[in-house]
Amino acid sequence: MIKYLLVMSCALSLPMAARADQQASVRMEPQQLRGSRPIEKQTETAVIRDYLAAWQSLQSALDQNQAALLDANFVGPALDKLTNTIEEQAHLGIHAKYHARSHDLQFVFYSPEGSSIQLIDTVEYEEQVLDHDKVLATKPVRERYLIVLTPSEVRWRVRLFQADVQ
Amino acid sequence: MRLGRVGAFVTAAAMTAATAAIGQSSNMTLPPSVVAGSAFSIATNGSGKAVLYIVGPGQAVRRDVEMGQPVSFAAGVLYNAGHYLVILAKDSTTDTEALDVVPAPNPETLGFLAQPSRLPVGVHNGISGAVYVFDAYHNLMTTPMTASLELSNSSGTVQSRSIPTLNGLAWAEIDSASKEGTVKFVARVGGISSTRIIDQVPGDPCAITISAQPENGKLLVQTAPVHDCSGNAIPDGTIVTFTETYNDMQSTVDVPLKQGVARVTMPAYKGSKISAASGVVAGNEIIWNGGR
Repeated sequence: MIKYLLVMSCALSLPMAARADQQASVRMEPQQLRGSRPIEKQTETAVIRDYLAAWQSLQSALDQNQAALLDANFVGPALDKLTNTIEEQAHLGIHAKYHARSHDLQFVFYSPEGSSIQLIDTVEYEEQVLDHDKVLATKPVRERYLIVLTPSEVRWRVRLFQADVQ
Repeated sequence: MRLGRVGAFVTAAAMTAATAAIGQSSNMTLPPSVVAGSAFSIATNGSGKAVLYIVGPGQAVRRDVEMGQPVSFAAGVLYNAGHYLVILAKDSTTDTEALDVVPAPNPETLGFLAQPSRLPVGVHNGISGAVYVFDAYHNLMTTPMTASLELSNSSGTVQSRSIPTLNGLAWAEIDSASKEGTVKFVARVGGISSTRIIDQVPGDPCAITISAQPENGKLLVQTAPVHDCSGNAIPDGTIVTFTETYNDMQSTVDVPLKQGVARVTMPAYKGSKISAASGVVAGNEIIWNGGR
């Protein structure tokens, strides 16, 4: 059964700045877990909450070219790669707005000792690249992302964040 | 006739729009995809100067372009797998295309999560290993591959599993062995390996047998050497609790194993009952009859 956690329609005709305040719709696909351990409801809720918060921080960080905004939600290779992108953007004098319209989430792995969770996010977003304030391009994107989250002191943090383009 | 003119106008407008669209996209020709870290080039049409951007969450790259000339990217420039926008900006016009960067074909590193690092012997599915497969640029490789997980001790391979990766991950659970000691837990994918050391310790005592003998007017009670159910000696320091019950009195003494044995001196009450336990295992009971 498909669960709708949060569904808010996005008006496609609105300009990007206006849409930025709108939340993306989130849909949960049935779990297809490998691993011997089911995901407890509380864990599922926390992971989704923290993953969506990570997207929010990603959007802000890549728009404002402020890598520090990633620290609370990303760790390891994901943090390193996004930080590197922000440094490159800042060096080139560009920034990028990623406005997520929808997330279609599916849990695919939960390690038995609870130290990592893998999920797939089929995400629809709009990417806008700006040279300072001049819009260079705006394009809708639909992509399948592979996500690995690991627990930290107070939240799940994204350790791996990669579009599955294979 | 009028309708025909309108129709002709609409058709012409549509053709103009279509031509413009084709003209926009034809200003650059992208490869279908790029292998992470490999050299590639983007062909451009036209003349004059322009700027080309490749932007995605994984990287941001910029090149000054002479239109009509290919834009070359050396090996190692674009190396993070993912989805990118390629933007060709000339004066006030831009062309935008999408470009996918796929992971390199050969695995280079493994992210090997082995748990736990220490556990008792003989635990069914007690050891889990999760292997994430990465290329040289730490891109997760999602092309299915075969991973092997091997658990071995100094005398040879104990157990092995062969598992296909899915979404870049292979995972398996393995029983801990019956003999105590360190074991190697090795993950292998395509000639790359990663090793973890796991300490297997004896399990709970399998049985406790006690004996008693008089000593200087008291009672010396001691266990036989304590083993787990696989015959491994229970480590020194493990607590054995001795209990002596006499009439309505009960006294207990906690004693750590020393050289595999726990011993204690207790009052020698005739008719007292003495027993011993460790964890969930209880030993035999002795009724002291005065040494007869």
